[in-house]
Amino acid sequence: MIRIENLKKSYKNIHALKGISFSVPPGELFAYLGPNGAGKTTTIRILTGLTRRTSGDAWLGDFHIEEESLKAKRKFGLVMQSINLDQELTISENMDIHCRLFNMSSVERRKKTDELLVYVDLVDRKKSLVKQLSGGMKRRLMIARAMVHTPQILFLDEPTVGLDAKIRRRIWGLIKKIQNRGTTIFLTTHYIEEAEFLADRVAFLDEGKIVVIDTPQKLMEQTGTWAIDRIDGDQMETVYFKTRSDADIFIAKQEESYTLRRVNLEDSFLSFTGKKVIC
Amino acid sequence: MLNGFTAVYLREVLILKRRIKRQLLSMSVSPLLYLIAFGYAMGDTVSFDGHTYIEFLIPGLIAMSSMTQAFAISTDINVSRFYWHIFEEFQAAPIRDAAYVAGEVLAGMTRAFISVAVILVIGLFFNVSLAYGNLLFWLAIGLNSFVFASLAVGLAMLVKSHADQSLLTSFIITPMAFLGGTFFPVDRLPVWAQEIVYLLPLTHASKVIRQTAFGIVPDSFRYLLLAVIGVLFFFLALKCVSQARD
Repeated sequence: MIRIENLKKSYKNIHALKGISFSVPPGELFAYLGPNGAGKTTTIRILTGLTRRTSGDAWLGDFHIEEESLKAKRKFGLVMQSINLDQELTISENMDIHCRLFNMSSVERRKKTDELLVYVDLVDRKKSLVKQLSGGMKRRLMIARAMVHTPQILFLDEPTVGLDAKIRRRIWGLIKKIQNRGTTIFLTTHYIEEAEFLADRVAFLDEGKIVVIDTPQKLMEQTGTWAIDRIDGDQMETVYFKTRSDADIFIAKQEESYTLRRVNLEDSFLSFTGKKVIC
Repeated sequence: MLNGFTAVYLREVLILKRRIKRQLLSMSVSPLLYLIAFGYAMGDTVSFDGHTYIEFLIPGLIAMSSMTQAFAISTDINVSRFYWHIFEEFQAAPIRDAAYVAGEVLAGMTRAFISVAVILVIGLFFNVSLAYGNLLFWLAIGLNSFVFASLAVGLAMLVKSHADQSLLTSFIITPMAFLGGTFFPVDRLPVWAQEIVYLLPLTHASKVIRQTAFGIVPDSFRYLLLAVIGVLFFFLALKCVSQARD
């Protein structure tokens, strides 16, 4: 559904993407993980036609992102990192304007708006001005808006940034529900637990390069099963172990305090890139 | 070709509708002040070609206001581009750049026509009613607003911040507003100054708006000139919108 071949993007002397290649099959929830400045948003901007590539190619479905851009743009819905809603307009006006971008008839516009507002639980607020909504409601509206033309691909660029844990989990539920309809989802996030919970496959991106792509489970298995965090001087060090017995042998030699826990996806990212994912 | 044009235009119209009271007030202030300051102050002491100064001034104010209001669309575009990121919504949609530019230009022209209506109403309070039924009068306003709305869309894509936007107004719109034949007859300037002033599109717009408002047959050359400039600016806007992707 998404195919990228040796995609590069440079801004003068800064190489934001240094030749990335991968593909995402239909119906997959693909998480694109990396620290700020890794190239996550640049990739989404190129795929959605907001930024021009420097070289390389990419296709959405059968359509090349630049050579057949109008057809490629019908394939996806986009939820940007920033809240890009018309704050002075109502929820239904925002939806209606977006429907018109896809040349939908008035009957289709009304039907789809009502259906999606029910879906994201905002139908009772459809006459409310966007500026009166909470952050979580705005995010849900952005997701509903991106779905008006029933896209095959949904790009979500940091969809839960700035939301509290409870609302973030509600958005996760919504994302899973959308995937269950058969939509391919391309998710960028720096919340590791978000990728771990949602993703079928994860790509670790660092300094414009793909470090590794695999399922969260396999990435964690490659790192280990158990992790011990301990303070070494003024730094925290994490040591990984394949088995609990190996971890126990290590613990027996410890004089300082430590924490024993299961390996998570953040550990995998750390071991593959040597970096913390910090926003 | 212009799929999505209605979305761009409707969005601007809905926002305008939400702000209509504020907009009407702000559209009234400048013309009212000019009419009080220049119109009443000059009174009957100044006349041009058998018309009082207020009668001379109102078509000039119409030209000026249709220019400034059409150009003001650039401020809204910048707010939606830099602050609300709405512009990205249009960039990512399956619409051509021409649809976006046409929608914004028509929105700018709509604002211009509303501002003209405001001046005509204010003019009635000053007992001024000219040949407003003349279609050529409205065509001149349409072309003037087309020129400046197209210029606005193009320049809105070139600026890098809100601060740059006010520079454009200071260096392009304000000088043109004062020199473009709005407050005085250009023909009374020295020849060298006339040659410079006639380089400004507003000078031609003021001239034909005033001629048609006074019931004089206008110079068709000036209509053609405004149309050509407008089309050039429209294509410039298209190019700038396309380049805004980088």
